[in-house]
Amino acid sequence: MQRIIYFLTRNKDFILFISLLSICLSINLNYNEYNKSKLLNSSNSFFSSMYNTKLTISKYFNLEYQNRLLTEENRKLRYQIYNSVDSLKYKSELEKISYDVTSASVIKNSYSYSNNFITIDVGKKDSIEVDNGVISSKGVVGIIDKTSLNYSRIISILNTNFLLNAKLKKSGYFGVLSWDGTNINRVQLKDIPKQANVVIGDTIVTGGNSLIFPKGILIGYVDSFKLDNSENYLELEINLATDMANIENLYVLNNNNIKEINSLDE
Amino acid sequence: MNKIVYNIFLALILILSQGLFFNNINLLGSINPFIYIFFIAYFPLKNNRSLFIFLAFLVGLIIDIFSDTHAIHAAATLTIAFLRPYFMKLYFGIAYEHQVIKFNSIELKQNLFYLLSIILIHHLILFSLEIFDIYKILLVIKNAFSTSIFTFITIYILFELIIKRTK
Repeated sequence: MQRIIYFLTRNKDFILFISLLSICLSINLNYNEYNKSKLLNSSNSFFSSMYNTKLTISKYFNLEYQNRLLTEENRKLRYQIYNSVDSLKYKSELEKISYDVTSASVIKNSYSYSNNFITIDVGKKDSIEVDNGVISSKGVVGIIDKTSLNYSRIISILNTNFLLNAKLKKSGYFGVLSWDGTNINRVQLKDIPKQANVVIGDTIVTGGNSLIFPKGILIGYVDSFKLDNSENYLELEINLATDMANIENLYVLNNNNIKEINSLDE
Repeated sequence: MNKIVYNIFLALILILSQGLFFNNINLLGSINPFIYIFFIAYFPLKNNRSLFIFLAFLVGLIIDIFSDTHAIHAAATLTIAFLRPYFMKLYFGIAYEHQVIKFNSIELKQNLFYLLSIILIHHLILFSLEIFDIYKILLVIKNAFSTSIFTFITIYILFELIIKRTK
């Protein structure tokens, strides 16, 4: 205590000077709006740059949550697209089908074999059923093959047993889509009639005959075409729209009316 | 007692003439000499330092009220009052430390340097607080130097008139 008092008395002039000076500066900053704004502005830019740095670091920790939000939103939007009243106006009675859309994340994805499967993190609990269609944001991915309570297995479009009804978007001719097991970016569309006026770059979409996928979901684009052995049909090489080696968020489409439609066939 | 009254009187005269006359000279557009620095520069040497610093603050504040500035004169005047002993030591050396110095008998050269450095410090603080923009530092220096010359001349005339005559 004595030392503090000694220190204070020894430096009393300096302390007086500093306190009076700070009074001056506070008066100056309080009553001079220009100086005040100047000081506050410079500190603002300093603080904002600090906050920016902090944000660039911390936003990575939040990415997973944000992704989930976005996928959920996409799911809703897709649900609206496939069930919108407008798009049903011109469709036939059979095609008045509503689809439930469930978003899912890929747990395991293979593309190096000739029969590839994908596993996703939704299952029976999320009302996923066998033969539900699976799409990514870019196009068709596969069809549900097996379901457990919490997980499902998808037959990938890159599976030699996978067959899908597909058509040319422009002319409407349809054929059967399959994979020959060689190139993971290429699938083959067979049985397109010779008279179909195919141009390289044409869009291939789902045909809508299968009840699994709604009509018109993108599959890929025509890379090349040739006549098959019978010389009556074309065989098309399709570039897949989805990069099958890099899929993460998928949407499972569940056709609500599939039982009713199937019961008609029995 | 006589000396205290004399100094109070001197301070009042300086403040009034600064506020009412020297603030309105506007030489070459905007240069006004700040003659009240005379009070700080030639305040009696044997003094209570704390009191001196406080007086300088008061004088600066009154000038601020006169010229509608916001405590920039107070800050500048306060600073030179605080720094005055160091300048004294620097320019007058042993004579100051042994307290045998008197303002009416100091050498011309020492006096000029002492006065000039005090005025320059004062004006630099004053104008940097007034302009308050790091990007206009050249304007601050230009204003400080041009005003310093004018202030210096005026104060030196006052020095000759007031202090040399009381010799």
